Amino acid sequence: MADVHLPATLPPLFRDLPRHVEVEASTVDGAIAELDARWPGLRDRLCVPGPKLRPHVNVYVDQERAGLETALGAQSRLDVIAAISGG
Amino acid sequence: MTVTMLLVGTRKGCFVLESDADRRTWTTRGPYCEGWPVYHAVHDAESGSLYAAAASEWHGAGVWRSGDLGETWELSSEGLGYGEDSELRLSKVSGLLPAHGRLLAGGEGCGVFESRDGARTWSLLSTLDDQPGRDAWNIPANQPPGHLGLPGLLPHPDEADRFWAVIQGFGIFETTDNGGSWTPRNRGLRADWPLDDPEVGYCVHKLVMSPTDTDRLYQQNHVGMHRSDDAGQSWVEITDGLPTEFGFAAAAHPHDRDSFYVIPLDPGHGRTMPDGKAAVWRTHDAGSSWRRLDRGLPQVDAHLGVLREGMAIDSYDVPGLYFGTSTGQVFASADEGESWEEIASYLPAIASVEVAVLA
Repeated sequence: MADVHLPATLPPLFRDLPRHVEVEASTVDGAIAELDARWPGLRDRLCVPGPKLRPHVNVYVDQERAGLETALGAQSRLDVIAAISGG
Repeated sequence: MTVTMLLVGTRKGCFVLESDADRRTWTTRGPYCEGWPVYHAVHDAESGSLYAAAASEWHGAGVWRSGDLGETWELSSEGLGYGEDSELRLSKVSGLLPAHGRLLAGGEGCGVFESRDGARTWSLLSTLDDQPGRDAWNIPANQPPGHLGLPGLLPHPDEADRFWAVIQGFGIFETTDNGGSWTPRNRGLRADWPLDDPEVGYCVHKLVMSPTDTDRLYQQNHVGMHRSDDAGQSWVEITDGLPTEFGFAAAAHPHDRDSFYVIPLDPGHGRTMPDGKAAVWRTHDAGSSWRRLDRGLPQVDAHLGVLREGMAIDSYDVPGLYFGTSTGQVFASADEGESWEEIASYLPAIASVEVAVLA
């Protein structure tokens, strides 16, 4: 099970969505699909058609910058980061 | 008790301002919508719901909905997009139109989206294909900062399948068959730039209809104020008597087809009220003459901007007029614009103001 850490901007948008979620997935894209199945619409908050990540959304797998295709191991940590920007 | 409710869409969420029928004392609550930039917030008189078109820099575009007058909100963007196979992309949704049992939304791209379940799900109604100039709508050089795509939708009060859409920088298009086909409605408008096609290429900022006469339309254009007496089939300019030809906001009087309000702005980069003196201007004779309304509005160093959805008028016998500024003030008049009070001072930058009267 991968351990997914979500940005603080996401839980207010979905009922009962926690900051930390465990998912069974082999890639980042698969993890997002799993989250979307449990919280419909979540994929749209992270991805645009392509599919690719939204411009100010970054993901890291085990502390390394990653993309949708990046593989997840059984014990991987996936961090989803909303880039620090704006004002 | 009658409640007068203002919905204020801002750069940092939606706010609700409330008063009674006197419209003298106001309370403010919010921000709602998680602080997302809200481009247009509206009240649907049929369902009683509130809707807010928003776009987060991080999490994309969507429409927030509230079934309890703003106490709680939910977001959805299901169906708000052009799909994987389309070259069109939607990063902002702006103009909202609740009418005839459904909600329409205009978005970048450009397209009109429809929801029949209270903004839970959406379907693409039309991308106005085959209209003259359509290929140029998404050329970046044609898109100014703050580009919204299709920010304006105007309903016909009696005909559900008939409405008008404003494409930013290209003009007005009318459909009478629910988006199946469209006709440009820009004849008589002025453009101070070269046009490839005389039917399109006009910069319409705000389009409104008289509630008492569905043939009487007014618009604030990038170049001038204009009036139509034939539901947009032809336009005449009515700018004479105003301090500038430029502005964004406009409002039609609820009971008098000849009364119309605008907020002239400097046309340069500043786009604020001329000379730092705040004023709304009103015609009572369909644009033959104009009167400055500024009693109670700041007249010193008031460099205020008001955007296209930034002014609203209510439906009381003596209607109230409201506008919100790009610097976060809301001004209200309970006497048709004769006198004004500042009813909010420190909101985030305001994109839209709408008013609802709840019995």
